[in-house]
Amino acid sequence: MTDTANYSARIDETTGNKIISIERSGEILDFIIGSSPDGTDLWQRVPYDADDYGPVSDPRTDFDHADPAYNPDAPKVWKELREGGCPVAHSDRYGGMWVPITDDTVTEVAYDTENFTSRAVVVGVGRPGDRALPAPIGGAPPITSDPPFHNMARRLLLPAFAPKVIEPWEPEIRRLCQKLLDEMGEITPGETVVDAAIQYAQNIPVNVIGRMLGFPEEDEELFRTFVHDVLERINEEPGTREGGDDLGVYIQQQIDDHRANPREDLTSYLMNVELDGNKLEDEVVGGMVVLLLVAGIDTTWSAIGSSLWHLAQHPEDHQRLLDDPEVMTFALEEFLRAYAPVTMARLVAKDNDFHGCPMKKDDWVLLPFPAANRDPKKFEDPDSFIVDREQNRHAAFGLGIHRCLGSNLARLELKVAIEEFIKRFPRFELAGDTRWSVGQIRGPRELPVRILEVAN
Amino acid sequence: MQVHLDAEKCQGHNRCYALAPELFDVDDYGQAMLIIDGDVPTDLHDKARLAASNCPEYAITITEKG
Repeated sequence: MTDTANYSARIDETTGNKIISIERSGEILDFIIGSSPDGTDLWQRVPYDADDYGPVSDPRTDFDHADPAYNPDAPKVWKELREGGCPVAHSDRYGGMWVPITDDTVTEVAYDTENFTSRAVVVGVGRPGDRALPAPIGGAPPITSDPPFHNMARRLLLPAFAPKVIEPWEPEIRRLCQKLLDEMGEITPGETVVDAAIQYAQNIPVNVIGRMLGFPEEDEELFRTFVHDVLERINEEPGTREGGDDLGVYIQQQIDDHRANPREDLTSYLMNVELDGNKLEDEVVGGMVVLLLVAGIDTTWSAIGSSLWHLAQHPEDHQRLLDDPEVMTFALEEFLRAYAPVTMARLVAKDNDFHGCPMKKDDWVLLPFPAANRDPKKFEDPDSFIVDREQNRHAAFGLGIHRCLGSNLARLELKVAIEEFIKRFPRFELAGDTRWSVGQIRGPRELPVRILEVAN
Repeated sequence: MQVHLDAEKCQGHNRCYALAPELFDVDDYGQAMLIIDGDVPTDLHDKARLAASNCPEYAITITEKG
Protein backbone atom coordinates (compact mmCIF):
# COMPACT_ATOMS: atom_id res chain seq x y z
CA MET A 1 0.00 0.00 0.00
CA THR A 2 1.33 3.41 -0.87
CA ASP A 3 0.87 5.97 1.78
CA THR A 4 -0.61 9.20 0.50
CA ALA A 5 -0.79 12.38 2.47
CA ASN A 6 -2.43 15.67 1.60
CA TYR A 7 -1.37 18.83 3.32
CA SER A 8 -3.42 22.01 3.41
CA ALA A 9 -3.31 25.17 5.48
CA ARG A 10 -5.95 27.68 6.53
CA ILE A 11 -6.49 30.45 9.06
CA ASP A 12 -9.09 29.82 11.76
CA GLU A 13 -11.33 32.90 11.62
CA THR A 14 -12.31 32.82 15.27
CA THR A 15 -8.86 32.45 16.81
CA GLY A 16 -6.63 33.73 14.00
CA ASN A 17 -4.49 30.60 14.39
CA LYS A 18 -2.93 28.97 11.36
CA ILE A 19 -4.11 25.39 10.96
CA ILE A 20 -2.33 22.75 8.93
CA SER A 21 -4.44 19.75 7.96
CA ILE A 22 -2.87 16.46 7.09
CA GLU A 23 -5.07 13.87 5.44
CA ARG A 24 -3.63 10.41 5.45
CA SER A 25 -5.39 7.18 4.58
CA GLY A 26 -8.73 8.89 4.95
CA GLU A 27 -8.01 10.34 8.38
CA ILE A 28 -7.71 14.10 8.81
CA LEU A 29 -5.47 15.54 11.51
CA ASP A 30 -5.57 19.28 12.26
CA PHE A 31 -2.50 20.89 13.76
CA ILE A 32 -2.90 24.37 15.21
CA ILE A 33 0.35 26.20 14.65
CA GLY A 34 1.12 28.37 17.60
CA SER A 35 1.91 28.61 21.27
CA SER A 36 -1.29 27.75 23.06
CA PRO A 37 -2.57 24.82 25.11
CA ASP A 38 -4.22 23.34 22.03
CA GLY A 39 -1.44 24.32 19.62
CA THR A 40 1.64 22.57 18.35
CA ASP A 41 4.41 24.57 19.96
CA LEU A 42 5.71 25.09 23.47
CA TRP A 43 3.56 27.48 25.45
CA GLN A 44 3.92 29.10 28.84
CA ARG A 45 1.27 29.38 31.52
CA VAL A 46 2.96 32.31 33.20
CA PRO A 47 5.42 34.81 31.72
CA TYR A 48 9.01 33.70 32.24
CA ASP A 49 10.91 35.35 35.07
CA ALA A 50 14.37 34.05 35.97
CA ASP A 51 13.82 35.26 39.54
CA ASP A 52 11.16 32.55 39.98
CA TYR A 53 13.92 29.92 39.89
CA GLY A 54 16.05 30.90 42.87
CA PRO A 55 16.98 28.71 45.86
CA VAL A 56 14.12 26.58 47.21
CA SER A 57 12.60 27.87 50.46
CA ASP A 58 10.42 24.88 51.38
CA PRO A 59 10.36 21.68 49.29
CA ARG A 60 6.76 20.96 50.36
CA THR A 61 5.39 24.02 48.57
CA ASP A 62 8.30 25.23 46.45
CA PHE A 63 9.89 22.00 45.18
CA ASP A 64 12.52 22.37 42.46
CA HIS A 65 14.70 19.50 41.31
CA ALA A 66 16.79 21.95 39.27
CA ASP A 67 17.93 23.84 42.36
CA PRO A 68 21.63 22.92 42.42
CA ALA A 69 21.22 22.11 46.13
CA TYR A 70 18.68 19.35 45.40
CA ASN A 71 20.56 16.48 43.78
CA PRO A 72 23.46 16.32 46.26
CA ASP A 73 20.97 15.91 49.14
CA ALA A 74 17.90 14.44 47.44
CA PRO A 75 17.53 11.40 49.75
CA LYS A 76 17.38 13.79 52.71
CA VAL A 77 14.68 15.89 51.01
CA TRP A 78 12.56 12.78 50.29
CA LYS A 79 12.92 11.55 53.87
CA GLU A 80 11.88 14.92 55.30
CA LEU A 81 8.87 15.11 53.01
CA ARG A 82 7.77 11.56 53.88
CA GLU A 83 8.31 11.94 57.58
CA GLY A 84 6.71 15.40 57.51
CA GLY A 85 3.48 13.83 56.20
CA CYS A 86 3.84 15.23 52.68
CA PRO A 87 3.41 12.35 50.20
CA VAL A 88 2.89 14.78 47.32
CA ALA A 89 4.81 18.07 47.19
CA HIS A 90 3.91 21.03 45.01
CA SER A 91 5.60 23.94 43.31
CA ASP A 92 4.42 27.00 41.42
CA ARG A 93 7.59 26.82 39.36
CA TYR A 94 7.39 25.70 35.71
CA GLY A 95 3.80 26.92 35.64
CA GLY A 96 2.73 24.38 38.30
CA MET A 97 4.23 21.02 39.27
CA TRP A 98 3.27 18.15 41.62
CA VAL A 99 5.81 15.77 43.10
CA PRO A 100 4.65 12.42 44.51
CA ILE A 101 7.35 11.08 46.83
CA THR A 102 6.10 7.78 48.25
CA ASP A 103 6.16 4.38 46.56
CA ASP A 104 2.33 4.27 46.51
CA THR A 105 1.85 7.65 44.85
CA VAL A 106 4.70 7.27 42.33
CA THR A 107 3.40 3.82 41.36
CA GLU A 108 -0.15 5.10 40.94
CA VAL A 109 0.89 7.86 38.53
CA ALA A 110 3.17 5.52 36.57
CA TYR A 111 0.31 3.07 35.94
CA ASP A 112 -2.35 5.70 35.14
CA THR A 113 -1.96 6.58 31.46
CA GLU A 114 -5.48 8.05 31.32
CA ASN A 115 -5.00 10.92 33.72
CA PHE A 116 -1.29 11.43 33.04
CA THR A 117 0.16 11.81 29.56
CA SER A 118 3.77 11.11 28.58
CA ARG A 119 3.64 13.71 25.79
CA ALA A 120 6.37 15.54 27.69
CA VAL A 121 8.69 13.75 30.09
CA VAL A 122 11.22 16.43 30.93
CA VAL A 123 9.84 19.26 33.06
CA GLY A 124 10.55 22.68 31.61
CA VAL A 125 9.27 26.23 31.64
CA GLY A 126 7.34 25.67 28.40
CA ARG A 127 5.03 22.71 27.87
CA PRO A 128 4.02 21.25 24.49
CA GLY A 129 0.46 21.88 23.33
CA ASP A 130 -2.07 19.12 22.84
CA ARG A 131 -1.39 18.96 19.11
CA ALA A 132 2.39 19.07 19.39
CA LEU A 133 3.79 17.47 16.25
CA PRO A 134 3.93 14.66 15.53
CA ALA A 135 0.90 13.93 17.72
CA PRO A 136 0.00 11.46 19.09
CA ILE A 137 3.50 10.09 18.86
CA GLY A 138 5.38 12.80 20.69
CA GLY A 139 8.85 14.08 19.97
CA ALA A 140 10.78 11.00 21.08
CA PRO A 141 8.68 7.83 20.71
CA PRO A 142 7.86 5.66 22.50
CA ILE A 143 8.86 7.45 25.73
CA THR A 144 6.69 10.42 24.72
CA SER A 145 3.85 8.29 23.38
CA ASP A 146 0.62 7.25 25.04
CA PRO A 147 -1.47 4.19 24.23
CA PRO A 148 -2.27 2.98 21.65
CA PHE A 149 0.64 4.29 19.54
CA HIS A 150 3.06 3.63 22.39
CA ASN A 151 2.93 -0.12 22.04
CA MET A 152 3.44 -0.03 18.26
CA ALA A 153 6.53 2.14 18.57
CA ARG A 154 7.88 0.20 21.51
CA ARG A 155 7.61 -3.15 19.77
CA LEU A 156 9.80 -1.82 16.99
CA LEU A 157 12.59 -1.06 19.43
CA LEU A 158 12.25 -3.87 21.99
CA PRO A 159 13.99 -6.57 19.90
CA ALA A 160 17.07 -4.37 19.55
CA PHE A 161 17.43 -4.18 23.35
CA ALA A 162 16.30 -7.67 24.37
CA PRO A 163 18.62 -9.48 26.85
CA LYS A 164 20.02 -11.95 24.34
CA VAL A 165 20.82 -9.20 21.82
CA ILE A 166 22.55 -7.07 24.45
CA GLU A 167 24.61 -9.84 26.14
CA PRO A 168 27.10 -10.16 23.22
CA TRP A 169 28.16 -6.53 23.77
CA GLU A 170 29.88 -7.48 27.04
CA PRO A 171 33.43 -8.09 25.69
CA GLU A 172 33.38 -4.79 23.79
CA ILE A 173 32.17 -2.84 26.83
CA ARG A 174 34.89 -4.51 28.90
CA ARG A 175 37.55 -3.52 26.36
CA LEU A 176 36.24 0.05 26.33
CA CYS A 177 36.44 0.27 30.14
CA GLN A 178 39.97 -1.14 30.15
CA LYS A 179 41.02 1.33 27.47
CA LEU A 180 39.67 4.25 29.53
CA LEU A 181 41.57 2.96 32.58
CA ASP A 182 44.76 2.59 30.51
CA GLU A 183 44.37 6.17 29.28
CA MET A 184 44.55 7.45 32.86
CA GLY A 185 48.31 6.97 32.48
CA GLU A 186 50.88 6.32 35.17
CA ILE A 187 49.24 6.01 38.61
CA THR A 188 51.16 6.56 41.84
CA PRO A 189 49.16 4.91 44.63
CA GLY A 190 48.31 7.32 47.43
CA GLU A 191 48.98 10.33 45.22
CA THR A 192 47.33 10.19 41.83
CA VAL A 193 43.86 11.68 41.63
CA VAL A 194 41.64 10.77 38.68
CA ASP A 195 38.13 11.99 37.88
CA ALA A 196 35.97 8.88 37.83
CA ALA A 197 33.09 10.78 36.19
CA ILE A 198 34.99 12.73 33.53
CA GLN A 199 37.73 10.25 32.70
CA TYR A 200 35.61 7.14 33.06
CA ALA A 201 31.82 7.03 33.65
CA GLN A 202 30.76 9.70 31.16
CA ASN A 203 32.59 8.02 28.26
CA ILE A 204 31.09 4.55 28.51
CA PRO A 205 27.39 4.77 27.54
CA VAL A 206 27.92 7.48 24.92
CA ASN A 207 30.44 5.31 23.11
CA VAL A 208 28.20 2.24 23.15
CA ILE A 209 24.98 3.96 22.00
CA GLY A 210 26.90 5.97 19.37
CA ARG A 211 28.27 2.73 17.96
CA MET A 212 24.88 1.02 18.03
CA LEU A 213 23.40 3.94 16.09
CA GLY A 214 26.34 4.10 13.68
CA PHE A 215 27.24 7.71 14.48
CA PRO A 216 30.83 9.07 14.20
CA GLU A 217 32.86 8.40 17.35
CA GLU A 218 34.37 11.89 17.26
CA ASP A 219 30.90 13.35 17.92
CA GLU A 220 30.72 12.02 21.49
CA GLU A 221 31.39 15.43 23.03
CA LEU A 222 28.61 16.86 20.87
CA PHE A 223 26.14 14.25 22.19
CA ARG A 224 27.02 15.16 25.76
CA THR A 225 26.39 18.83 24.99
CA PHE A 226 22.98 17.99 23.49
CA VAL A 227 22.06 15.95 26.53
CA HIS A 228 23.19 18.70 28.87
CA ASP A 229 21.05 21.25 27.00
CA VAL A 230 17.98 19.03 26.95
CA LEU A 231 18.14 17.73 30.52
CA GLU A 232 19.98 20.25 32.67
CA ARG A 233 19.10 23.70 31.33
CA ILE A 234 15.43 23.26 32.13
CA ASN A 235 14.70 26.48 33.98
CA GLU A 236 15.95 28.77 31.25
CA GLU A 237 13.62 30.78 29.06
CA PRO A 238 12.03 28.72 26.27
CA GLY A 239 13.63 29.46 22.93
CA THR A 240 17.02 30.20 24.46
CA ARG A 241 18.06 26.55 24.59
CA GLU A 242 19.51 25.94 21.17
CA GLY A 243 20.40 22.33 22.00
CA GLY A 244 17.07 20.79 20.98
CA ASP A 245 17.08 22.35 17.50
CA ASP A 246 20.76 21.56 16.94
CA LEU A 247 20.10 17.97 17.92
CA GLY A 248 17.27 17.72 15.39
CA VAL A 249 19.51 19.09 12.62
CA TYR A 250 22.37 16.77 13.57
CA ILE A 251 20.17 13.68 13.59
CA GLN A 252 18.61 14.55 10.23
CA GLN A 253 22.18 14.79 8.84
CA GLN A 254 22.91 11.33 10.22
CA ILE A 255 19.71 9.95 8.69
CA ASP A 256 20.65 11.51 5.33
CA ASP A 257 24.12 10.02 5.63
CA HIS A 258 22.66 6.58 6.34
CA ARG A 259 20.40 6.96 3.31
CA ALA A 260 23.40 7.80 1.12
CA ASN A 261 25.68 5.16 2.70
CA PRO A 262 23.52 2.27 3.93
CA ARG A 263 25.05 0.20 6.72
CA GLU A 264 24.05 -2.34 9.38
CA ASP A 265 23.13 -0.48 12.54
CA LEU A 266 20.18 0.64 14.61
CA THR A 267 19.59 3.83 12.60
CA SER A 268 19.34 1.83 9.36
CA TYR A 269 17.06 -0.66 11.07
CA LEU A 270 14.69 2.13 12.11
CA MET A 271 14.78 3.68 8.64
CA ASN A 272 13.82 0.38 7.02
CA VAL A 273 11.43 -1.15 9.51
CA GLU A 274 7.76 -1.09 8.52
CA LEU A 275 4.76 -0.15 10.59
CA ASP A 276 1.48 -1.25 9.02
CA GLY A 277 3.26 -1.66 5.71
CA ASN A 278 4.78 1.83 5.73
CA LYS A 279 8.31 2.91 6.48
CA LEU A 280 8.59 5.43 9.29
CA GLU A 281 8.74 9.14 8.54
CA ASP A 282 12.16 10.70 9.13
CA GLU A 283 10.60 12.68 12.01
CA VAL A 284 9.64 9.46 13.77
CA VAL A 285 13.02 7.82 13.15
CA GLY A 286 14.66 11.04 14.36
CA GLY A 287 12.48 11.10 17.46
CA MET A 288 13.45 7.55 18.36
CA VAL A 289 17.11 8.39 17.85
CA VAL A 290 16.69 11.43 20.14
CA LEU A 291 15.27 9.11 22.75
CA LEU A 292 18.10 6.59 22.47
CA LEU A 293 20.75 9.28 22.58
CA VAL A 294 19.27 11.36 25.40
CA ALA A 295 18.04 8.46 27.51
CA GLY A 296 21.02 6.24 26.86
CA ILE A 297 23.81 8.58 27.82
CA ASP A 298 23.76 10.42 31.10
CA THR A 299 21.42 7.99 32.83
CA THR A 300 23.89 5.11 32.86
CA TRP A 301 26.83 7.49 33.22
CA SER A 302 25.12 8.77 36.39
CA ALA A 303 24.54 5.27 37.74
CA ILE A 304 28.19 4.32 37.18
CA GLY A 305 29.37 7.54 38.82
CA SER A 306 27.09 7.20 41.85
CA SER A 307 28.16 3.59 42.34
CA LEU A 308 31.85 4.53 42.30
CA TRP A 309 31.07 7.48 44.62
CA HIS A 310 29.56 4.97 47.04
CA LEU A 311 32.46 2.51 46.79
CA ALA A 312 35.00 5.30 47.36
CA GLN A 313 33.39 5.82 50.78
CA HIS A 314 32.59 2.20 51.61
CA PRO A 315 35.73 0.05 51.35
CA GLU A 316 33.86 -2.80 53.09
CA ASP A 317 31.43 -3.08 50.15
CA HIS A 318 34.31 -2.74 47.73
CA GLN A 319 36.21 -5.55 49.47
CA ARG A 320 33.13 -7.79 49.51
CA LEU A 321 32.77 -7.41 45.74
CA LEU A 322 36.44 -8.33 45.27
CA ASP A 323 36.28 -11.32 47.65
CA ASP A 324 32.94 -12.61 46.46
CA PRO A 325 32.26 -11.59 42.82
CA GLU A 326 28.99 -13.56 42.89
CA VAL A 327 27.50 -10.95 45.18
CA MET A 328 27.41 -8.61 42.16
CA THR A 329 24.01 -10.11 41.22
CA PHE A 330 22.52 -8.43 44.29
CA ALA A 331 24.92 -5.48 44.55
CA LEU A 332 24.04 -4.35 41.03
CA GLU A 333 20.37 -4.07 41.94
CA GLU A 334 21.23 -2.34 45.21
CA PHE A 335 23.29 0.29 43.35
CA LEU A 336 20.29 0.76 41.07
CA ARG A 337 17.86 1.01 43.98
CA ALA A 338 19.86 3.32 46.23
CA TYR A 339 21.28 5.48 43.44
CA ALA A 340 18.56 5.27 40.78
CA PRO A 341 19.48 8.09 38.43
CA VAL A 342 16.19 8.71 36.62
CA THR A 343 13.20 10.81 37.64
CA MET A 344 10.55 10.88 34.93
CA ALA A 345 7.71 13.35 34.38
CA ARG A 346 4.18 13.49 33.04
CA LEU A 347 1.64 16.17 32.19
CA VAL A 348 -1.80 15.98 33.78
CA ALA A 349 -4.11 14.92 30.91
CA LYS A 350 -7.36 15.89 32.60
CA ASP A 351 -8.37 17.54 35.85
CA ASN A 352 -8.36 15.02 38.67
CA ASP A 353 -8.23 14.80 42.43
CA PHE A 354 -5.11 12.91 43.42
CA HIS A 355 -5.18 12.04 47.13
CA GLY A 356 -6.66 15.45 47.87
CA CYS A 357 -4.40 17.31 45.43
CA PRO A 358 -6.46 19.29 42.88
CA MET A 359 -4.50 18.45 39.74
CA LYS A 360 -5.34 20.55 36.69
CA LYS A 361 -4.83 19.67 33.04
CA ASP A 362 -1.30 20.61 31.92
CA ASP A 363 0.16 20.67 35.45
CA TRP A 364 3.52 18.90 35.51
CA VAL A 365 3.91 15.76 37.61
CA LEU A 366 7.42 14.70 38.50
CA LEU A 367 7.91 10.94 38.91
CA PRO A 368 10.85 10.41 41.25
CA PHE A 369 11.40 6.65 41.07
CA PRO A 370 14.59 7.18 43.14
CA ALA A 371 12.40 8.51 46.00
CA ALA A 372 10.04 5.52 45.74
CA ASN A 373 13.12 3.30 46.02
CA ARG A 374 13.79 4.68 49.49
CA ASP A 375 10.29 4.32 50.89
CA PRO A 376 10.42 2.40 54.21
CA LYS A 377 6.97 0.96 53.49
CA LYS A 378 8.55 -1.02 50.68
CA PHE A 379 12.19 -1.48 51.71
CA GLU A 380 13.63 -2.40 55.04
CA ASP A 381 16.22 0.16 56.18
CA PRO A 382 15.94 2.00 52.84
CA ASP A 383 18.65 4.57 53.43
CA SER A 384 21.27 1.89 54.08
CA PHE A 385 23.15 0.36 51.18
CA ILE A 386 23.05 -3.40 51.75
CA VAL A 387 25.43 -4.98 49.26
CA ASP A 388 23.69 -8.38 49.31
CA ARG A 389 20.08 -7.20 49.67
CA GLU A 390 18.06 -10.12 48.32
CA GLN A 391 14.53 -8.69 48.37
CA ASN A 392 14.81 -5.75 46.02
CA ARG A 393 11.71 -4.91 44.03
CA HIS A 394 13.10 -1.52 43.04
CA ALA A 395 11.71 0.78 40.35
CA ALA A 396 14.95 2.24 39.01
CA PHE A 397 13.81 1.50 35.46
CA GLY A 398 10.29 2.75 36.03
CA LEU A 399 7.05 0.82 36.30
CA GLY A 400 4.33 -0.08 33.82
CA ILE A 401 4.33 0.34 30.05
CA HIS A 402 7.25 2.77 29.94
CA ARG A 403 9.76 0.45 31.64
CA CYS A 404 13.18 1.66 30.49
CA LEU A 405 13.72 0.18 27.05
CA GLY A 406 17.48 0.14 27.52
CA SER A 407 17.50 -1.46 30.96
CA ASN A 408 19.37 -4.57 29.82
CA LEU A 409 22.09 -2.47 28.22
CA ALA A 410 22.24 -0.13 31.21
CA ARG A 411 22.65 -3.06 33.63
CA LEU A 412 25.41 -4.58 31.54
CA GLU A 413 27.30 -1.30 31.26
CA LEU A 414 26.95 -0.61 34.98
CA LYS A 415 28.11 -4.10 35.97
CA VAL A 416 31.12 -4.16 33.65
CA ALA A 417 32.12 -0.57 34.47
CA ILE A 418 32.14 -1.28 38.23
CA GLU A 419 33.90 -4.64 37.86
CA GLU A 420 36.69 -3.25 35.71
CA PHE A 421 37.23 -0.16 37.88
CA ILE A 422 37.48 -2.04 41.17
CA LYS A 423 39.62 -4.78 39.63
CA ARG A 424 42.14 -2.19 38.39
CA PHE A 425 41.94 -0.04 41.53
CA PRO A 426 41.33 -2.32 44.56
CA ARG A 427 41.32 0.74 46.84
CA PHE A 428 40.36 4.37 46.19
CA GLU A 429 38.85 7.23 48.17
CA LEU A 430 37.15 10.56 47.53
CA ALA A 431 39.64 13.34 46.86
CA GLY A 432 37.77 16.62 46.94
CA ASP A 433 34.33 17.88 46.04
CA THR A 434 31.92 15.81 44.00
CA ARG A 435 29.85 17.95 41.65
CA TRP A 436 26.33 16.58 41.06
CA SER A 437 24.14 17.00 38.01
CA VAL A 438 21.16 19.34 37.95
CA GLY A 439 17.63 18.20 37.10
CA GLN A 440 15.85 14.91 36.55
CA ILE A 441 18.95 12.76 36.06
CA ARG A 442 20.93 12.43 39.29
CA GLY A 443 24.59 11.54 39.35
CA PRO A 444 28.13 12.93 39.78
CA ARG A 445 29.43 15.13 36.98
CA GLU A 446 32.84 15.58 38.63
CA LEU A 447 34.12 12.83 40.91
CA PRO A 448 37.76 13.20 41.93
CA VAL A 449 39.09 10.04 43.59
CA ARG A 450 42.55 9.26 44.91
CA ILE A 451 43.86 5.88 43.84
CA LEU A 452 45.30 4.02 46.85
CA GLU A 453 46.20 0.75 45.18
CA VAL A 454 46.72 -0.44 41.62
CA ALA A 455 46.35 -4.10 40.66
CA ASN A 456 49.45 -5.72 39.22
CA MET B 1 5.26 -25.48 44.91
CA GLN B 2 3.91 -23.91 41.74
CA VAL B 3 5.00 -20.68 40.12
CA HIS B 4 2.73 -18.46 38.00
CA LEU B 5 3.59 -15.69 35.59
CA ASP B 6 1.05 -13.03 34.62
CA ALA B 7 2.11 -12.14 31.09
CA GLU B 8 -0.16 -9.07 31.11
CA LYS B 9 1.72 -7.60 34.06
CA CYS B 10 5.22 -8.44 32.81
CA GLN B 11 7.00 -5.40 31.38
CA GLY B 12 10.28 -7.11 30.59
CA HIS B 13 12.38 -5.97 33.54
CA ASN B 14 14.29 -9.24 33.13
CA ARG B 15 14.83 -9.77 36.84
CA CYS B 16 13.39 -13.31 36.88
CA TYR B 17 15.51 -14.49 33.96
CA ALA B 18 18.62 -13.07 35.64
CA LEU B 19 17.84 -14.65 39.03
CA ALA B 20 16.27 -17.95 37.99
CA PRO B 21 17.14 -18.90 34.40
CA GLU B 22 16.18 -22.51 35.24
CA LEU B 23 12.58 -21.34 35.58
CA PHE B 24 12.28 -18.35 33.24
CA ASP B 25 13.35 -17.48 29.74
CA VAL B 26 12.78 -14.31 27.70
CA ASP B 27 11.38 -13.93 24.19
CA ASP B 28 12.64 -11.72 21.34
CA TYR B 29 10.90 -8.72 22.91
CA GLY B 30 12.43 -9.33 26.32
CA GLN B 31 9.14 -10.57 27.82
CA ALA B 32 9.39 -13.33 30.40
CA MET B 33 8.26 -16.90 29.72
CA LEU B 34 7.86 -19.68 32.24
CA ILE B 35 9.81 -22.74 31.11
CA ILE B 36 8.64 -25.31 33.62
CA ASP B 37 5.32 -27.01 33.70
CA GLY B 38 3.73 -28.02 36.97
CA ASP B 39 5.64 -28.39 40.23
CA VAL B 40 8.87 -26.50 40.85
CA PRO B 41 11.67 -28.98 41.71
CA THR B 42 12.60 -28.71 45.39
CA ASP B 43 16.12 -27.49 44.70
CA LEU B 44 14.67 -24.50 42.80
CA HIS B 45 12.20 -23.36 45.47
CA ASP B 46 14.51 -20.62 46.73
CA LYS B 47 15.11 -19.33 43.21
CA ALA B 48 11.39 -19.25 42.50
CA ARG B 49 10.80 -17.23 45.68
CA LEU B 50 13.67 -14.92 44.78
CA ALA B 51 12.22 -14.26 41.31
CA ALA B 52 8.76 -13.59 42.75
CA SER B 53 10.01 -11.22 45.43
CA ASN B 54 12.08 -9.16 43.00
CA CYS B 55 9.60 -8.63 40.17
CA PRO B 56 8.91 -4.88 40.10
CA GLU B 57 5.49 -5.44 38.51
CA TYR B 58 4.34 -8.21 40.91
CA ALA B 59 3.83 -10.44 37.85
CA ILE B 60 5.12 -13.63 39.53
CA THR B 61 3.22 -15.45 42.24
CA ILE B 62 3.88 -18.67 44.07
CA THR B 63 1.50 -21.28 45.38
CA GLU B 64 2.93 -23.47 48.13
CA LYS B 65 1.23 -26.79 48.69
CA GLY B 66 0.45 -27.79 52.25
